[in-house]
Amino acid sequence: METINLTIDGQQVTARKGATVLEAAQESGIYIPTLCHHPDLKPFGACRMCLVQVEKMRGFPASCTTPAGEGMVVDASGEQVQTLRRQVLELMLAEHPHACLTCWKRERCGPTDTCLRQVAVDDRCVTCPKNERCELQRVSDFLGIKEVRLKSYRRQRDIDRNPFFERDHDLCILCGRCVRACQDIRNVGAIDFIYRGHRAIIGTPFERPMEETNCEFCGTCVDFCPTGSLRERAFPFAGVAERQVRTICPYCGVGCGLVLEIKGDQVIRVHGDREKSVNDGQLCVKGKFGATEFVHHRDRLRRPLIKKDGTFVEASWDEALGLIAEKFKEYQKRPQEFAVISSAKCTNEENYVVQKFGRAVMGTNNIDHCARL
Amino acid sequence: MAGLATAFGSGAMTNSIKEFAKSKCLLVIGSNTTENHPIIGLQVKKAARSGAKLIVANPRQIDLCSMADIWLQQRPGTDVALLAGMMKVIVEEGLLDEAFIAERCEDVDVLKESLASLDLDKIAEITAVPLAKIVEAARLYATNSPAAILYTMGITQHTHGTDNVLAVANLAMLTGNLGKESAGVNPLRGQNNVQGACDMGALPNVYTAYQRVDDATVKAKFEAAWGVTLKDKPGLTLAEMFGAAHNGEIKALYLVGENPVLSDPDARHVEEAIKKLDFFVVQDIFLTETAKLADVVLPAATYAEKDGTFTNTERRVQLLRRAFEPVGSAKADWEITCEIARRMGSGGFDFRSSAEIMDEIAKLTPSYGGISHERLDKEGGLQWPCPTAEHPGTPIMHKEKFTRGKGKFTPIKYKPPMEETDEEYPLILTTGRIRFHYHTGTMTRRVKGLDKIRPEELLDINPVDAARLGIRDGDMVKIASRRGALAVKAQVTARCAPGVVFMTFHFAEAAANILTNSALDPVSKIPEYKVCAVKVEKVVPASVMESGEAVSVR
Ligand code: SF4
Ligand code: SF4
Ligand code: SF4
Ligand code: SF4
Repeated sequence: METINLTIDGQQVTARKGATVLEAAQESGIYIPTLCHHPDLKPFGACRMCLVQVEKMRGFPASCTTPAGEGMVVDASGEQVQTLRRQVLELMLAEHPHACLTCWKRERCGPTDTCLRQVAVDDRCVTCPKNERCELQRVSDFLGIKEVRLKSYRRQRDIDRNPFFERDHDLCILCGRCVRACQDIRNVGAIDFIYRGHRAIIGTPFERPMEETNCEFCGTCVDFCPTGSLRERAFPFAGVAERQVRTICPYCGVGCGLVLEIKGDQVIRVHGDREKSVNDGQLCVKGKFGATEFVHHRDRLRRPLIKKDGTFVEASWDEALGLIAEKFKEYQKRPQEFAVISSAKCTNEENYVVQKFGRAVMGTNNIDHCARL
Repeated sequence: MAGLATAFGSGAMTNSIKEFAKSKCLLVIGSNTTENHPIIGLQVKKAARSGAKLIVANPRQIDLCSMADIWLQQRPGTDVALLAGMMKVIVEEGLLDEAFIAERCEDVDVLKESLASLDLDKIAEITAVPLAKIVEAARLYATNSPAAILYTMGITQHTHGTDNVLAVANLAMLTGNLGKESAGVNPLRGQNNVQGACDMGALPNVYTAYQRVDDATVKAKFEAAWGVTLKDKPGLTLAEMFGAAHNGEIKALYLVGENPVLSDPDARHVEEAIKKLDFFVVQDIFLTETAKLADVVLPAATYAEKDGTFTNTERRVQLLRRAFEPVGSAKADWEITCEIARRMGSGGFDFRSSAEIMDEIAKLTPSYGGISHERLDKEGGLQWPCPTAEHPGTPIMHKEKFTRGKGKFTPIKYKPPMEETDEEYPLILTTGRIRFHYHTGTMTRRVKGLDKIRPEELLDINPVDAARLGIRDGDMVKIASRRGALAVKAQVTARCAPGVVFMTFHFAEAAANILTNSALDPVSKIPEYKVCAVKVEKVVPASVMESGEAVSVR
């Protein structure tokens, strides 16, 4: 791999050739605030949060679109840069709830605490589903926004809902990540910027409900949204996951990597695994929104059942397994009357054990599974 | 996948999912990729957007048609004829890869001979695809390399599924599209672990990795490893099992995690067969339609409550990690089966973890020889063949030579689908899946959002047929085949060609499989789901019928 050397905030860094200044910084652990940028999307250069100052270059280029060059000297956090960023962010926050963002006490407030400044509920981060997972919060904290001196403006539109996720226009910063993800990654294009100027929002053509568009409900737009605007409808206030489990989607043969975000004994969200996976973080509706609700469904079988006089009666494992072992033993003598059907939904290990059981214990090759469907 | 194994020596996808984005040409036949394998669909769309030629062959107007360079709308069940036509064009126009054929394959003359007698005009007539389009598709496929073929159930779910697959294999070999990146023959597997279930020997004729039960050396190896005497006669296939249960030859059945009463074609036959069993044990996560018929039902754990591995459609073995304790007293399927074996006094089932099972698998299975949970945890998925602990896995198969040595061409003859339409049953029913549900819906139907988006079965019917039958969008109709009938709501759409209707098999209330055919492919024994002759009529008054209400036949 060819590399280049440059200086960012006085630190010598090595980057791969072709990297942008932003990537060079991120890869060496230097934080540059971003909002419209997402590593899976092409650089957009719209939010102006990532602007930097480069020696021998005019103005303040956006680091996400500026290629890193050999010997470059970059100022990514100087006072001038920070001030400019603050001014841009202030403009954005004038159209976004910011009471909590500018409050010194936020970190100690919970959703049930009374606000000392008597801020309306829908103006507070602590009552937003994205609280503590929000990129806007992080950027705002990094820049140390203390007040927003501009006149506040709220779109005050109803929340758009579909069975899987919702869009709160008042929290949208029009970064366009959702639009670009839907268009460039999913190639669907269900949503776009509609209207102009102050009235601009993200929506569907003619503001039709999502169900009536070609939306596939893959949830990529939700995963990519930096704010609380797009959020899953299940467990909206579950907050930050306590633990994450990387596993494999139980549905189709693609075998997408899933990350289960868990709190207590509940999966609060699912997102696609970006590391060493076939799906590079992408999922379809089944993996994103359908892979966990059935796990703790009330219809789940919880105890063995034995049919007695035509109706099922709950039994202990001991009784059920004892009965099965006894019956199966009879067929060990007549293996041609016995058959085993395994499952394309079970693991390799289970299929192995089941066929071994059929062959080694029952003495029959009458073994198949429903793969042929 | 009997067909591919005949041609190449291995039945699995030859290439990998991410390679498709870099293909120069993609032939998607009998696969509604964006609907059934959405993430593979993304790769196909990526390729198309970066200039790859996209050929879609599908009787229905699927989403990919809008991006396709050519859409071949063949009549259901005529895939072999279509592919044979393309091959004939390739041979006649000299577009074949002579060097590849000479060096890597055998029996090309047999194929050429069988093509010589074909009449292209006849093929255009059989398939209902204009000849010019067949020619154009053949040229596109043969001249844009690397070219990959993707197919799914559409092509294997026919009485002549094996012929279909052999035809695909022939086409790829003719053009040298094997053993290289972004090319190949790629059957996309439906269920999450179909590939793994086959690899693990959950089949009547083979142990793990397709080691044959009738091979004396293999038998000796497994006898030594398991410490038992084994049978060398292949057992019954799924369909044969139900047949045998029906006439009393099979008396006891141990079924793990499947729902054949809904998923099997000719569902009624299966239900009757099961009712005749003396002893029937089911392990599952829900009390499915099938489990209700059992004598004993054992509660199993879901994927989130166990660890182990799944093998995806591109032969990638990947690790599941347990997130929760199972609900109630449910247990992982492997634990249950091991416990039954131990209670019966059998040795060799003392596994303490699924990782230990994988270690035994690796010892007995050459293509899984280098796979362990420890490695998978560290390295991510591994694609078999992966024979040793140092081996990095195999993204592209048949690179230097085919698994069986030479690639084998097979002559193909087009046979019409078993069940033809006639005056009484004038329409062709094809079945398939939709994005919002999975298989028999056991899991997805319990996800509120998914059920809300698509709560009921719909019968897709072309506006021409609908008008002739006096059916409007949303009308309740009765659909009947020679085996059964049911009520369903009609959706009038031009996505279906005239003469063809479509429904899924996700809904217990309207189980399409009551209608489908149990005629079987003579080699691979895959039920013929895709083609079944039916009649459709409007039900009056519509309000008295509920979706899925059984209707008496005739
Ligand atoms: S989107 Fe972020 S900044 Fe805005 S209210 Fe929610 S948590 Fe606060
Ligand atoms: S869910 Fe997927 S398809 Fe729908 S708008 Fe979001 S990104 Fe687009
Ligand atoms: S909804 Fe989210 S991702 Fe989309 S533009 Fe608004 S803030 Fe950005
Ligand atoms: S997320 Fe969708 S495409 Fe991926 S494995 Fe699951 S069902 Fe298949």
